Amino acid sequence: MARKLNLRIWRGDATDGGLKDVQVDVNEGEVVLDVIHRVQATQMGDLAVRWNCKAGKCGSCSMEINGKPRLACMTQVASFGEDETITVTPLRAFPVIKDLVTDVSFNYKKAMEIPAYEPPKELQPGEARMQQVDVERSQEFRKCIECFLCQNTCHVIRDHEENKKSFAGPRFFIRIAELDMHPLDMLKNRKRTAQEEHGLGMCNITKCCTEVCPEHIKITDNAIIPMKERVVDIKYDPARMFAGLLKREKRN
Amino acid sequence: MSGVFSPTRAKIKERTLRTDKWWLEPAITFAVLFSFIIYATFRAFEGANYFTEPLISPFYSPCLSQACVAGSTIFGWTPVSAEIFNFALSPALIILIFPLGFRMTCYYYRKAYYRAFWLSPPACAVAEPHTKYTGETRAPLILQNAHRWFFYAGLVFNVFLTYDAVISFKNSEGQWGHASVGSLVLLVSSTLLWFYSLSCHTCRHTVGGRLKHFSAHPIRYKLWTLVSVLNHKHQQFAWYSLAGVAFADIYVRQVATGAWTNFYFF
Repeated sequence: MARKLNLRIWRGDATDGGLKDVQVDVNEGEVVLDVIHRVQATQMGDLAVRWNCKAGKCGSCSMEINGKPRLACMTQVASFGEDETITVTPLRAFPVIKDLVTDVSFNYKKAMEIPAYEPPKELQPGEARMQQVDVERSQEFRKCIECFLCQNTCHVIRDHEENKKSFAGPRFFIRIAELDMHPLDMLKNRKRTAQEEHGLGMCNITKCCTEVCPEHIKITDNAIIPMKERVVDIKYDPARMFAGLLKREKRN
Repeated sequence: MSGVFSPTRAKIKERTLRTDKWWLEPAITFAVLFSFIIYATFRAFEGANYFTEPLISPFYSPCLSQACVAGSTIFGWTPVSAEIFNFALSPALIILIFPLGFRMTCYYYRKAYYRAFWLSPPACAVAEPHTKYTGETRAPLILQNAHRWFFYAGLVFNVFLTYDAVISFKNSEGQWGHASVGSLVLLVSSTLLWFYSLSCHTCRHTVGGRLKHFSAHPIRYKLWTLVSVLNHKHQQFAWYSLAGVAFADIYVRQVATGAWTNFYFF
């Protein structure tokens, strides 16, 4: 049965904007993206919203709902109180283009800065073999749908625009971790560049990236902290360096 | 203007639009940790009421100072002077850096105190008050990378505290085969400390996490999976072990001052 929902939607662009109140019908089982579409169809024909799959798999409809970074297509209206006003804004870490659409190109630039997988030179296409236990570890990171909610909520860049130059962000730390944990990746210095070029040391482990990940990837526990520990191995652990253990493990 | 108020971002004047009680968790964390810091500081400087046969407070163990009261040392070993520069040094102050350093550099506690004390950030998607941020790239926070050294020291301390728990199964005349409330308190406290240490992210890394090739190291992989199970509960073990240590100290102090009687089951 339909009921009325009070919705506040941010409208505007990079020059100006503000929250606009609307009242819209909502049906049982609907998600926030459904009601945004209804507003677009009935009241605000020029409302800009990015969306695609409506199944939580494309990562397009990232926005902030009552201040929390979320996917609009995976946020049930019923998860809020019936009298509660739902406030919807664009992602607040990225430049706004129009209404609920932001410019997330920062992330694509950072993606290009991560060195690619480098297989052993002698390995021919089709010859690579991996055991299941080795695959499973990085499989978790491959679940990433690139919604960039983790990037958006990370205070290192959300609250400090100037850090965008030197900080890749949690999405790309899981990419680096995935490659560094790959048994066949031969690229040297991946740990060192993670720290010195991609800003791993800027992360202070406050775990907001993990909290907002719609794929429930343990970004901090399984990627960032293991990478920080690997950096300690090569930069801050004199016993390991002097004992030559590091060299031995490089051969593994 | 920086951060969420940067010129290119959506013009929203609020620091956050969150409507839930996002402030509650950091507020509770602050209250509990601050209370512990105050209490631990008082106890570390008190220098008394930390031993009553056969119980010793975890704040004072191992007791290494020549100021340690009779019976509280390990086989009478007291390598540290009772005074430094004519300043009477409480035995707790000699060893405090190790458990303190372990918790201060712990990956869980970092999250807790960065949020609750330094508001960096106070909660997710809540703008922090600082205008500049360099994370753990510079002094003093670059010292967080010393976590593994404190982890190793913490393991040594766990051995001492487990030893304390074992000898607490004596009576006040030093005879074995007795158990008191104090024995259980020290046993639970030291057990929780083992769980806290073994669930640590550094432990997970050390036993197998640093490997690229799990299938080539099946035993270390198995150890890694076991520590990973504990690691999921690291936050809980951090709090439980903190509470366990605090209560063990309170219990020993109360018994030592005569306020409480250490009840013997047998």
